[in-house]
Amino acid sequence: MPFIPHTEKDTREMLEAIGADSLADLFDEIPAKLMIEHLPHVPEAMNEMEISRLMRQRATMDGSPMCFIGAGAYEHHIPTAVWDIATRGEFYSAYTPYQAEASQGTLQTIYEYQTMITELTGLDVSNASLYDGASALAEASLMAVRSNRRVKTGRVLLAPGVNPVYEKVASAIAGAQGLTFERLPQDTTSGNIDFESLPEGREPVAVVVQQPSFVGTLDDVDRLTDWAHAEGALVIGIVNPTSLALLRPPGQWGEEGADIAIGEGQPLGVPMSSGGPYFGFMTCRQKLVRQMPGRIVGRTTDLDGNPGFALTLQAREQHIRRSKATSNICTNQGLMVTAATIYMSLLGYEGLKRVANAAHANTTLLADGLCKIAGIERLYTGPFFHEVALRLDRPVAPLLAALAERNILAGFDLTSIVAADALLVCATETKTEADIKTFVAAFADAMAASDVKST
Amino acid sequence: MSELPGDLLYTKEHEWLRREDDGSVTIGITDHAQSALGDLVYVELPEVGQDVDEGGDMAVVESVKAASDVYAPIGGSVAAVNEVLADDPEKINSDPYGDGWIVRMQPSDGIDEAALMSPDAYQQFLDELDD
Repeated sequence: MPFIPHTEKDTREMLEAIGADSLADLFDEIPAKLMIEHLPHVPEAMNEMEISRLMRQRATMDGSPMCFIGAGAYEHHIPTAVWDIATRGEFYSAYTPYQAEASQGTLQTIYEYQTMITELTGLDVSNASLYDGASALAEASLMAVRSNRRVKTGRVLLAPGVNPVYEKVASAIAGAQGLTFERLPQDTTSGNIDFESLPEGREPVAVVVQQPSFVGTLDDVDRLTDWAHAEGALVIGIVNPTSLALLRPPGQWGEEGADIAIGEGQPLGVPMSSGGPYFGFMTCRQKLVRQMPGRIVGRTTDLDGNPGFALTLQAREQHIRRSKATSNICTNQGLMVTAATIYMSLLGYEGLKRVANAAHANTTLLADGLCKIAGIERLYTGPFFHEVALRLDRPVAPLLAALAERNILAGFDLTSIVAADALLVCATETKTEADIKTFVAAFADAMAASDVKST
Repeated sequence: MSELPGDLLYTKEHEWLRREDDGSVTIGITDHAQSALGDLVYVELPEVGQDVDEGGDMAVVESVKAASDVYAPIGGSVAAVNEVLADDPEKINSDPYGDGWIVRMQPSDGIDEAALMSPDAYQQFLDELDD
């Protein structure tokens, strides 16, 4: 369906109907002292020619480096068909239309997406997506508080492997609503949870487990899930969707499985694009569905018995329930979800498994190669998926700068996060054996040219 | 609209209260309320033993159109909830004053009858709403 903006006549007629003189009058209730007349850091508006030129210049600044950074966003091959289909006029809007049922194709796409994501995560129901992986953690935590009403502490315990950026975003969103986020202890050898010093009696409302962890390791999710349930907490699993082609889904963790699964959907056909737009996914057990934020599409039959799709469980959304809605940022990322649905359809189970296996094999090759260089070793023991943390005998930042000069993005600097000179590297299926050899050789050169004691 | 039961007290929020012999108070929503909400699909019940302030959220009744709070007309602790509603929320539609009861409360203080309505007063309140 077309999306046509208001004409001046429409605007005038609407203003007349409500008795306002101008659009500005609609903002009258905002006190004058809170209104900003001038934003010093926002440049003047540009015309189409000017903005096109600026964006072309900016795009060349990105260059086309060889990227070995993961840390939450991952470079994957995106079949050309994905965005060819996703950008067709019928799909090319970020939003589910307000008159949603008029767009049966959009709703069917979301329904197919929900089906695929529930199968990947091993849980019962999925929403139509959230803003991104980080805000999905905030939403999942708030959802846990609403669902797990016996626990009044608002305390959410995070496994050591939870992405630190997710923690920041979640506490920025949910902190003001009385939730607190605390870290569980880490075993510094494995990088995973230290089961020997788990706290007792903290009455957590939820325990968050990330698999694979931010530093690439694989935690004992079964034991952690069972511990969390025994403590009366709900379990929120943060998962990488590609990894689920190989790893056991959150719905099967421990005796009872995780209660809510969330994650960043970007690896499923969405380009890295300097950080967004991406999309967050969220699935949960059937019994929690009424506390799940966002839109959910259901399959139904019309009066004539024909199958059709409809938004369902809307009663707790913000257009109906206002301040008491399950979420007030229940944006979904319809266009990104469309791309992900096409990506998953094109790859299928086998294709996704091949991608995951290739990424794991490449990262293994990369880690083996880098660890042959004197001064580099694995930071943690144990298996990994497609990302691995390395300990260096010297500061990381100068090495990253030297490799960037050679058009290689050599990894994510973990120094401030793990309090050691450490680097997180990732080689997905997009890298060839030759790429990995080039990277290892360039890294050896950079090490040889740098001083161990440099700061 | 059906006859209002004469042994109940009513609120402007379209809830009813019945004093039980043991001092507890049974609470539900009126026929007018269930009819306005439409077919109920879910009822969120409080925990037994939970303390509720007068005017606080006590339960949520959800229809396909809306989810509405049920406010506690009196302060007290939750003595019992109608577990049947978990699987059979439409009991509220079919029998709002009987099998569709929602919560039984043990009042912390007495009941301020002046703040509540008799059947006649509630009927008049409804009539005025229709005007």
